[in-house]
Amino acid sequence: MTTPTQKTTTNAKPITFNPEMATRKLSEFWRGLENGKIYASKCRKCGTLSFPPVADCSRCMSSDPEWIEIEGEGEIETFTKIMIRPKNFADHSPYTVAVAKMKEGVKVLASITVPDEGKLKIGAKIKLITKKAEAGSTYEFTLQ
Amino acid sequence: MVTSVNRVAIVGVGHSKFGDRRDVTLPELGFEATKPAFEDAGLTPRDIDFVSVGISGVWYEDFLPAVVVSEYSGLAGKGLMRCEAACASGSAAVTSAYNMVRTGASKATVAIGIEKMIGVEPLTMMEVIGRAGYYLWEFHNFGMTFPGYYAMHATQHFHRFGTTDKQLAAVAVKSHKYGSMNSNAHFQKPITINDHLTSRVVAWPLKLYDCCPVSDGAAAVILASEDLARSLTDSPVWIDGIGISSDTANMSKRPDYIGLQASVTAAQQAYRMSNITPNQLDIANVHDCFTIAEIMAYEDLGFCEKGKGGPFVEDGQTEMGGKIPVNLDGGLKSKGHPLGATGVSMMVELTRQLRKQAGKRQAAVKNGLALAHNVGGTGHYCYVTVLRS
Repeated sequence: MTTPTQKTTTNAKPITFNPEMATRKLSEFWRGLENGKIYASKCRKCGTLSFPPVADCSRCMSSDPEWIEIEGEGEIETFTKIMIRPKNFADHSPYTVAVAKMKEGVKVLASITVPDEGKLKIGAKIKLITKKAEAGSTYEFTLQ
Repeated sequence: MVTSVNRVAIVGVGHSKFGDRRDVTLPELGFEATKPAFEDAGLTPRDIDFVSVGISGVWYEDFLPAVVVSEYSGLAGKGLMRCEAACASGSAAVTSAYNMVRTGASKATVAIGIEKMIGVEPLTMMEVIGRAGYYLWEFHNFGMTFPGYYAMHATQHFHRFGTTDKQLAAVAVKSHKYGSMNSNAHFQKPITINDHLTSRVVAWPLKLYDCCPVSDGAAAVILASEDLARSLTDSPVWIDGIGISSDTANMSKRPDYIGLQASVTAAQQAYRMSNITPNQLDIANVHDCFTIAEIMAYEDLGFCEKGKGGPFVEDGQTEMGGKIPVNLDGGLKSKGHPLGATGVSMMVELTRQLRKQAGKRQAAVKNGLALAHNVGGTGHYCYVTVLRS
């Protein structure tokens, strides 16, 4: 004979957040993506090139960026293939994310399309391209 | 008025069972750590001036979990602070409690580290912790995960130094061996190299047995000024050196992925403050949230040369009786990693080791020096603490 197990937990009332993220100060960057261009920011005062781009320079504290287009050539520095995905990516197939050093000197972290896993290695040449998506334009790597 | 700088001693330690603790509420879990800590110190909550609670989670039903935990342990009315430094929140709490005694503002303080994680659905937890980088540039479009961040380090460490899967497995086997001897550990079962090598890939090249579990648990330490400590015990353990550092939120803004710069910087500060070198340490607890993290920690803390961490563990140098025994409580990997509890748990373990109360897991104590290395995120925060008996 089995005895019914007594429930010893209860759930709190659920709560959901999806905070708004401001895009105003980097609007040139986001507009660039829509037009197929990827920009790094360059501080007009101290010359620091930044990616991800910044409106305010963390080196000299000035707030006067210019926009430098990243042509897209780079080399893989490291990568991983994400097998166990987070909740918001649960319906994606496993995906690969890499960090690449771009010709301009900045580094970029992005997803990478990998048609042939044998060619995915540190030092491999990649191209950084923009990508249209329903939720807004983004960017990704392709293996060269 | 600050007249002099006070030495600070650990005079009481307490530790709950780590693991699936859905049998208790958050404050009930905290009580399992505070009660034995008070008993160990020979003090009561009335003797305490200040409480710091290391807790990282944003998923609790309570918005003020530190207050709920503090009240339940009889500490309402005391100075109170919630400390958050991701997986290093426990060390942040110890640092705050230490500072209050160090400056003379308090005579006796308690640092409580606590977390409950298992009641949250697993892929939601993977999501929350995957946001432990820079959400907008790494998670929003690319879905990075916490194992993924350390996997990127493993990929580069393998490439640069020839570190192998089998060396990662050696870390896991060691952790589970000692975890099996720790009655407070989440996992108390030894594993084999083959169990590791055949486990599923979580974020290539890291497998399931490279990853610490999601756990519930609590730990507490009671700190006292020198005069109070000497009146309470013949075996105070002194907090002798502290180093704290941090790094960029964006992984792409770091120069390389073969170690954590925050660990290097924090360790240098702590060694300088204690005026010691790493080869004087009797024992260490390092932040092995992933096996590759333990290998990088050996190197970043100066236990071995950069790039030699893999052979170092494979040769048994971090076993009991080795050059420096590491994580003889099973580490995060086997003892479990309730985020806010971890840093305090390290202090509990190392205090017991320095008091020679660690039973069959006891390391040889020659110099009376132990080191705790507690990382938050992927080197986003790092706290290194040197204890001296």
